[in-house]
Amino acid sequence: MLATEKRFIDKLKTYLLFAGPTTFVFLTVIILPFLFGIYLTFTNWDGISKTYTFVRLSNYITVFKDRMFWSSFMLTVKYVFYTVVIVNTLGFILAYALTGNNVIGQNFLRTGFFIPNLIGGIILGLVWRFIFSNVLVFIGRNLNIGFLSYSWLANPDKAFWTLVIVSVWQYSGYMMIIFIAGLSNIPRELIEAATIDGANGFHRLRSIVLPLMVPSFIVTVFLTIQRGFMVYDVNLALTGGGPFKSTELISMHVYEKAFLAQQYGVGQSQAFFLFLLVAAISITQVYFSKKLEVEA
Amino acid sequence: MKPLKRILRILKTISLYALLLIYLSPFFFVLINSFKSRREIISNPFGLPDVWSLDNFVTAFQKMDFVSAFVNSLVITFFSVIGIAVFSSMTAYIFVRTDWRFNKVMFFVMVAAMLIPFQAIMIPLVQIYGGLNLLNSRWILIYMYLGFGSSFAVFLYHGFIKAIPLELEEAAMIDGCSRIQVFFRIVFPLLKPTTLTLIILNVLWIWNDFLLPSLVLISSSNRTLPLTTFYFHGTYTSDYGLLMAALMLTILPVIIFYAFLQKYIIKGVMEGAVKA
Repeated sequence: MLATEKRFIDKLKTYLLFAGPTTFVFLTVIILPFLFGIYLTFTNWDGISKTYTFVRLSNYITVFKDRMFWSSFMLTVKYVFYTVVIVNTLGFILAYALTGNNVIGQNFLRTGFFIPNLIGGIILGLVWRFIFSNVLVFIGRNLNIGFLSYSWLANPDKAFWTLVIVSVWQYSGYMMIIFIAGLSNIPRELIEAATIDGANGFHRLRSIVLPLMVPSFIVTVFLTIQRGFMVYDVNLALTGGGPFKSTELISMHVYEKAFLAQQYGVGQSQAFFLFLLVAAISITQVYFSKKLEVEA
Repeated sequence: MKPLKRILRILKTISLYALLLIYLSPFFFVLINSFKSRREIISNPFGLPDVWSLDNFVTAFQKMDFVSAFVNSLVITFFSVIGIAVFSSMTAYIFVRTDWRFNKVMFFVMVAAMLIPFQAIMIPLVQIYGGLNLLNSRWILIYMYLGFGSSFAVFLYHGFIKAIPLELEEAAMIDGCSRIQVFFRIVFPLLKPTTLTLIILNVLWIWNDFLLPSLVLISSSNRTLPLTTFYFHGTYTSDYGLLMAALMLTILPVIIFYAFLQKYIIKGVMEGAVKA
C-alpha cells in the first residue's frame, strides 16, 4: 500500500484526481441507465408522451405471453448452440494444426484465418449477402447444383444457416488465436515423454492436450456464448431478420420492440431478461472454471 | 524424416492453404466485382472483369462521402481509445495502491458491470441522453465509449499493477515526487504492454462498432464508416458494382493497418484473452 493520505479530505482529493473521471463516466453511462432501465420495465412509457403510469408486472407478463419473443428466443438458443459447437471445434482444429511448426508458413496461415475478425459484422454481413444471393446462386445454376440454385436468404430455414455459417467463419479465427495461446503453454517435455512411452497422436491429444486445454475452452466457450446471445450486426446486414421475420434473433427483436414499435417498457423488460440470462451463464461459467482449477 | 511423415506434412499444408483460400474467397469476389458494371455482375459474378475500371470506386467514394466518414471513425476511435487507456490506468492504480473501502466497492461494481450486455442498457441510454438533448454528437459517443470501455480496462490494468513492486514508487515519493508524477513518470511507462493490448482490442471494437453509433449519431455528417456503408447499401441495394466498391473502400484501410501491425494485433488478442 502506498497510502500517504490520512485525512478524509486528502483521500477524497486523491480519489477524484485519479478515479474521478472514470467513476463519473461509468456511473452516468452504465449504472444510471441500468437502474433507470429497471424502473422503465414497470411503466408503460411510449418514449414520446410526458406522462406514463405504473403498470406493475404487466410488461413482464406481456413478454411472457409474447409468442414472437419466445420464438425469437428459441431461435437464438438454437443459433448459439450451433455456433458455439462449430466455432470451438473448428477453432481448435485450426490451432492444433497450426502449432508445432509442422506446416510451411505457419504464421502466414494464422494471420490469414484471423482476417474476418478485423472487419465489423455489418461489413461482413453485406459481403456474404452478395455471396449468398449472387455468387453461390450463379454457381448453383451453372453447375446444376439444386440446393444452390436459389438464394438461401429467401428461404426461412436456409437463411438461419447462413447466419450460422457467417458467424462460424467470423469467429473461428479469433478462437483459434486463444487456443494457440493455450497450446503453446503446454510443456514440450510432457508431449515428448508421452511419445517415448508409446502414446500415438490420438492418445496424446485425448489424454494430455485436451485436459490441459480446459481453461482455454472455458474462455472460448464463454466468449462465444456471450457474443452469440448478443449478436446484432451480422443479423441486420445479412438477413435483416427476414424472410418474414424468420431469422430475427433476440437482440434485433428487442431493438424493434423498443425503437420501432415504441414499446419501451416491454422492450426493456425483454432486454432485462437477456441480461439475467447472460449474467447467469457467465456466473455459472466462472464458477465451474474456478472449481476445475482447484481440482487440476 | 520418414517418407510417410513427410507426405502427411505436405498433405496437411496443402489442405490448410486450400481452406484459407475458401476462407478468404468472399473478399476475392467482392474485389473482382468492384471493377465491373452492374450488368456484367448479374450476367457473371464469378469471372474476372472485362475491363478493370475504377469508375465504381470514384463514384462510391464521392456518394458515400468517404472522407468525412473516415475522419469521423478516426476521431472517435482515437480519442475513445486514448481516453480509456489514460483514465482507466489511473483509476486502477489508485484502486491497487490504497486500501480505502470505497475503492474496493467501486472495483467490485465495475467488474460486476462487465456482465451487463449492451442491449440491457441501450434503451434507457437513448432515453436519458436524448431527453437531455445530448445525442447526435461525436463527443457524446466518445464519452459513452469511455464508460463502456472502462470496466474491462480497469480490470486489466488492476491485475498488472498488482505485480509491480512498490520500492520504485516509494523511493520517488521520498525524493519529493507527487503521486501524480509518480504515476506518469514511473508506473504508466511500465504498463506499456498492457496499454498496447488494450489499445488493439479497443480499436478493433470501436472502429467496427455499429449499434451504439447508430443510436447516437443521427445526422449523416456525423456517421462513421460502418454506418455510412450500411446506409449506402440501403440506398443502392441493387447497384452491385457500386456496393462492392464501397465495401472494398471500407475493408482496405483495415487490411493495410493489419499488414503493418499483424504481429502486435495477434499478440494483443492472445494476451487480452489470457488475462481476462
